[in-house]
Formats: sequence, structure tokens, C-alpha cells
Amino acid sequence: MTGLLAMFRRLEGPQTAGRGPAFWGLFALVLAAALAYPQFSDGYTVGNTVYFFVWVFIALSLCLIWGYGGSLSFGQTAFFGIAGYGYGILTINFGSAYGFTLVALVAAVAIAALFAVLLGYFMFFGRIAGVFLGIVTLAVTLMLERFMAQTAGPEWHIGTARLNGFNGMSAMPPLTIPWPGEPIVLFADVGLYYLVLGLLVFVYLALRILMNSSFGNVIVAIRENPERAEMLGYDIRKYQLITFVIGAALAGLSGVLYTVWGQYITPSSMGMTAAALPLIWVAVGGRSDLTSTVIGTLVVLAAFQALTIYGSQYALVFMGVLLVLTVLIAPNGLVLGVMNWLGRIATRLTQRAG
Amino acid sequence: MSLLELRKLNKHFGGLHVTNSVDLTLHAGEIHCLIGPNGAGKSTLFRLILGEHHPGSGDIVFAGENITALKSFARIHRGLSVKFQVPGVFKGLSVRQNLEIALQSRHRGRELEAEIGRLLAFLGLESEQAQIAGNLSHGQKQWLEIGMAVSLKPRLLLLDEPTAGMSPEETHMTGEMVQRLNADGMTVLAIEHDMAFVRQVAHRVTVLHLGQVFAQGSIDEIVADERVAAIYLGQAHA
Repeated sequence: MTGLLAMFRRLEGPQTAGRGPAFWGLFALVLAAALAYPQFSDGYTVGNTVYFFVWVFIALSLCLIWGYGGSLSFGQTAFFGIAGYGYGILTINFGSAYGFTLVALVAAVAIAALFAVLLGYFMFFGRIAGVFLGIVTLAVTLMLERFMAQTAGPEWHIGTARLNGFNGMSAMPPLTIPWPGEPIVLFADVGLYYLVLGLLVFVYLALRILMNSSFGNVIVAIRENPERAEMLGYDIRKYQLITFVIGAALAGLSGVLYTVWGQYITPSSMGMTAAALPLIWVAVGGRSDLTSTVIGTLVVLAAFQALTIYGSQYALVFMGVLLVLTVLIAPNGLVLGVMNWLGRIATRLTQRAG
Repeated sequence: MSLLELRKLNKHFGGLHVTNSVDLTLHAGEIHCLIGPNGAGKSTLFRLILGEHHPGSGDIVFAGENITALKSFARIHRGLSVKFQVPGVFKGLSVRQNLEIALQSRHRGRELEAEIGRLLAFLGLESEQAQIAGNLSHGQKQWLEIGMAVSLKPRLLLLDEPTAGMSPEETHMTGEMVQRLNADGMTVLAIEHDMAFVRQVAHRVTVLHLGQVFAQGSIDEIVADERVAAIYLGQAHA
């Protein structure tokens, strides 16, 4: 009981912006609005919102590894792709009966995490750090993209699942919950919306607790000064590896949900553009804070989609400009900057009132 | 009783022989100062002791155990601790959080809070606890890092220029801090250029020159040694 209480107390702390009744009141309000929202919208728009939510997990993975841990991973999309393809291969082969799609979701995320254990072991125990970590992870994701791109021939299949090269893998079953009578199929609208929203809230709160725990303390200590952290007796390689694996699992979750959402995955989801975009969302939002990352990602994604519809090819150029502006004006992130500014105003007001 | 023994320690950086067959024995309970001109190999010797560099040959024995092959963090667990030359605090975090990170693996909950409070008082940083460590004065950063190093309750504390950039008063206060720690049983090995500090605290002094142990003795013996004056102290008067 006290352990549980201590855990909930870690929802607030020095590593996460937002505290006190005002913040949690706002949180409850936003959550209530998010829960009610599908009742006032149409299936297509809700499905589109799910699409935005799906990307938040990979953004959070980068926030964890890069923003908190200080290791720039350019290859989160590798885990995204591995888990996405993993889900496809598993469900195309074994179908969706008996709730197998849920098993496949967990298994696919686990495969991505396992891959991260291997890759991370060689990187962190080989003491690869800084820019080299970015280069290695980018090389891995681009290599996977190249590999998958040349699997168009019929000889490339796992069981009955054709890999299909650049045409992408499709027609995997959506997530299906076994139910007496008729199983519930979560198509990419209201059904999937509530599942993804639930996962998002769970992951967000769990990461808040994790980052404000003693584990989170060590992670930011490694970002600030790895040598000092090691000389306080922490085996920093282990902490970096665990963070990397959690991040990979989150990126993998993004990949599975993306595949489930569109019933489709292609090699380009591991390509250069795909690898670069999450960096921009996270940098613009505020990489060293979970809340800023969530808000930043959703805002930038919505803006990007609007631009793609109305301004077509200039959307990517705009993303580049946005990144440059962020680096110049608010290197810690625009959303985080605004949140800190609001926080300062609130403190000043309460001080004046007191 | 010896706490740390360096036996015929050698380290090359390419053609440069930075640590040349160094033998050094540290007695439990002493404050030992390591002096020598720039480039004498003092900081390299620290890095060898800490496992950040690995010697080409020779052994490092700590409390009777050969730790030459151990990783840095494992040596910390055995009872070593260090304050680096350039203050190695966690600059973006608060003073309090810096200490919490140092203490959290040994204490939890209320006990942790009490330990942080005790350490803040020892360092005289109570009023600065919410301050971001990067905003502290240079001297305060040095103290904070000493505090973090001390919080591990090490058997041997390594201090690399603990008073660099400090005013004479701050240097003296740091000396008193080191003496208090030593009185509680901590063995101290300090690299220091400030002779006032060395005079204040050192039980024994070792002079390192060109990677070799050049002389050893009390501060008076070292100061009286003309050979030392020629290579080191002499330069100060030249």
C-alpha cells in the first residue's frame, strides 16, 4: 500500500514539468474531452486522430533515450519497422482467432525489444557514444529499409506472409478482442481510438513515474555527466541499455499500432525521412520533458498534415525550417519554453496573492 | 597498514611514457598529497587508480585486493571515490538532486532526506539546495562535488586539485573539511598545487616528475630538498 502510494507520488518530480492541482485538473479535463470526443465526430476524423496518437509512442521513445538519456538515436524507426513487420508476419500466418492479434502485438514489441538488446549491448558495452551512436542507429535503420526494399520477389516470404518489397505488406487482420458471441474487431475508428488512448495515458503516466524514480535520476545524471555518474558507482552501460530497450519497445508499439491502423507497412517507414521526422517533433516540443513531447508531436503532426493537404511538397521544407527555428529560438523546445513561461507566471501570481 | 599499493605501474600514450614504473604505498588513515609540475603524470595516475585508463603493466592493490582489471564502477563499490579536477557536478540539475543521485543507492525515503540535509549542512550549501548546480560559484561547485564524493563513505578519497580557483579563505575551509573527513577515518590522496593547502593538511607528500616518483616525505623534507626545488618549487621563484 505504501509502496503504491510512493509510486503515485513519483507522478510529480524534478524530471517532469507540471505539478499540483492546476496541472492535474487540466490533465483530467483534457482526458475527459479526449474520451468524449468520438461522440461528437465522424469515424474518419476519429481514425485520423488515432493516426496522430500512434506516432506519439515513437516520439516518447526518443524523448526517453535522447531527451532524458542524452543518447541521440537516429534509428527508432528500425524498431518501428521490425515490430510492424513482426505483427504482419505473425497475424498473416496465424490469423486473428482466440485473441491471437493481441498476442502478436506483444510478441512483435518483444521482438523489437530483443533486437534492441543485441544492438544496444554492442553499442553501450562497446562505449559508443555521442554522434557515433546516431550514425550507427541511422545506418541500422537504413540498412533494414534497403533490405526490405529488395524483397519484392515471391521467394521472399515467411510462411504465408509475402514481404513484398517496396509494395509493402498488407492485409494483416486488425486487432481483435475475443468475445462471447462475436469477437470485437478494432477497426481504425472509435474502437481502436479508445485502445490507443488508453495505452497512451498508461505509457505517459508510467514514464512520468519511471523518470522521477531513482532510475530516472541516474538516466539524467548520465546525460549531464557520464563520467561522474560512473564514479558514483553506477554501471552506466546497464542503465543506458535498459533505457534503450524501453525506448525500442515504445517505438515498436508505434510500429504495431501503425500497421494495425492502416493494415499496411512498407520499407519506407524505416527510411531517411521517416527516421528524421520524429527528431523534429521531439526537438520542437521539448525533448527533455514528456508532456512537451506529447503536445509538440500532436501539434506538429496536425500542422504537417494540414500543410501536406494544402501546400503539398512544401510541408517537408517547412519541417526543416521549423527545426532550424527551434534550435535558434528555443533550443530546449518551443512547447517546453511556453510551459516554463506559464509556470513562472503562475508562481508569480500565487506569490502576489500570498 | 597499507590501503592502496601501486606496484611498478606503467602507462604509455604512444611514445610518451606518462607513468614510469611508479611504486606508491598509501597508509590507511593518512592524508597524502601528490605534487609535481604540469605534465608530471598526476592526473593520469588518478585515472589509472580509478580504472579510466588501464596500465600497460603493473598492479593496483586496494585493501589487499588486486583491482587492476576491475571496471571503474566496481572500484567505487570497493570503497574508492573521486572529485575531478574540473568540477564534475550535474550542471543542469539542482544541488539537492545532485546529492540525491549520489546518495540514493545507499539510502531511501526519510533516511535519504535526512542524509541529504546532513550533507547540505556539512557543505554549507543549505540555502543553495534548489539552485541549479551550473549556476553555483566555482568554489561551491568544488564543494558540491566533494560532497558527492564523500557521500559514498569511501575508504579512500581521491581529490584532484580540490582548491583550484578558490580564494585563500575558501582554500582554508576546504582544508578543514578534508581534515574533518580524515578525523572520521577517511584516507585521502590529493593532487594539489596550492602549497598552503598541502602544508595545512598533508601527512606525507610525494613528488611526481616525468612520470616517476621523484621524492617522498613530510612537507618540510620536501621543501628542504634542493633537487625538488630545482624541478618544481624552484621554478616558482625563478
